[in-house]
Amino acid sequence: MLRELVELFLTFARVGVMTFGGGYAMLPMLQREVVERRRWADEEELADYFAIGQCTPGVIAVNTATFIGSKRCGVAGAIAATAGMVFPSLLIITLLAGVIRTYSHLAWVGRAFAGIRVCVCVLIFNAVCKLWSKAVVDRPTLAIYALVLLGMLTLRGSPVVFVLLAGAAGIAVQALRGKGGGAK
Amino acid sequence: MTLYLRLFWEFFKTGLFAVGGGMATLPFLYDISDRTGWFTHTQLADMIAVGESTPGPIGVNMATYVGYLTGGVGGAVVATVGLVAPSVIVILSVAAFLKAFRNSRYVAGAFYGLRPASTAMITAAGLTVMRVAFLRGGVWGGLAWKAVALAAALLVCTRVLKTTKKWHPIVWIGVSALVGIAFDFGA
Repeated sequence: MLRELVELFLTFARVGVMTFGGGYAMLPMLQREVVERRRWADEEELADYFAIGQCTPGVIAVNTATFIGSKRCGVAGAIAATAGMVFPSLLIITLLAGVIRTYSHLAWVGRAFAGIRVCVCVLIFNAVCKLWSKAVVDRPTLAIYALVLLGMLTLRGSPVVFVLLAGAAGIAVQALRGKGGGAK
Repeated sequence: MTLYLRLFWEFFKTGLFAVGGGMATLPFLYDISDRTGWFTHTQLADMIAVGESTPGPIGVNMATYVGYLTGGVGGAVVATVGLVAPSVIVILSVAAFLKAFRNSRYVAGAFYGLRPASTAMITAAGLTVMRVAFLRGGVWGGLAWKAVALAAALLVCTRVLKTTKKWHPIVWIGVSALVGIAFDFGA
């Protein structure tokens, strides 16, 4: 039991170290470590976990790790796998944040970050485009997108409120459709 | 102590309500920045760059970074644990009712509504980063033309050109840093 927990921790720590950016970038690494090397799950199971990880709250990579950990060793396994997943981030970011803070007052570092911010805009734009094709599929979803965007820009309210309202709106729209004869 | 508790609570909420992966945590981080003043919008934009160009999931990296800026090493640990705690709880319950969860009409309906909302909130966060990156001295200070030119070049490289489209974002972050230094960005 203890050996398996250590193995879970180390395997997911390795996945964490070797993927940049998380999300989809993580899938091939998980396939290699979890399916091919350890045989903890088959391809289909992994795809299922990943899909559920995407549509449940939280970071996708952590959700997938929790799933596989709990399948192997229950709650303890879930915690070991998740701890392994976040351990490299904690270590690397903590070291790096200290370095950045020390040098951030230098003029050339400021210029470098001014350039990087432009790149971040493009990365976010690309992420939105990727999400858009799966999220905005018809008129009701377009309306939800427009209303939430408008609300975020004008009301400055907590995102939690928008998440709850959008979830309720989704259930309502689907329920109305069901009554109307299932026209999709 | 209270700082650690507040850090944990803020990131617990983020982990519980951010649906759709790393970038979905952004609107919550902007909200935290507005309410607590722990970090500025500019620092947040830099965090995204650090989160993208270091190993590990972006959401976790950003939580660690914010936690470190606010409360040192202890803060980093507390923020990260806060972010992943809801995941562990939610996934453990979902795993117990896997079949029912997947076939539930209510779950499907809720996510039908959540996906466009999450996309919209990331768009709003992106617009906030754009204000920092492209405008000089507020809305009426004029456009930073060098930044616009760089963005146009990056868009072509990441969306149009076949050979460079598949390259990892870290390449573009590195290139942008060099361009920023060479062409005196932000001056």
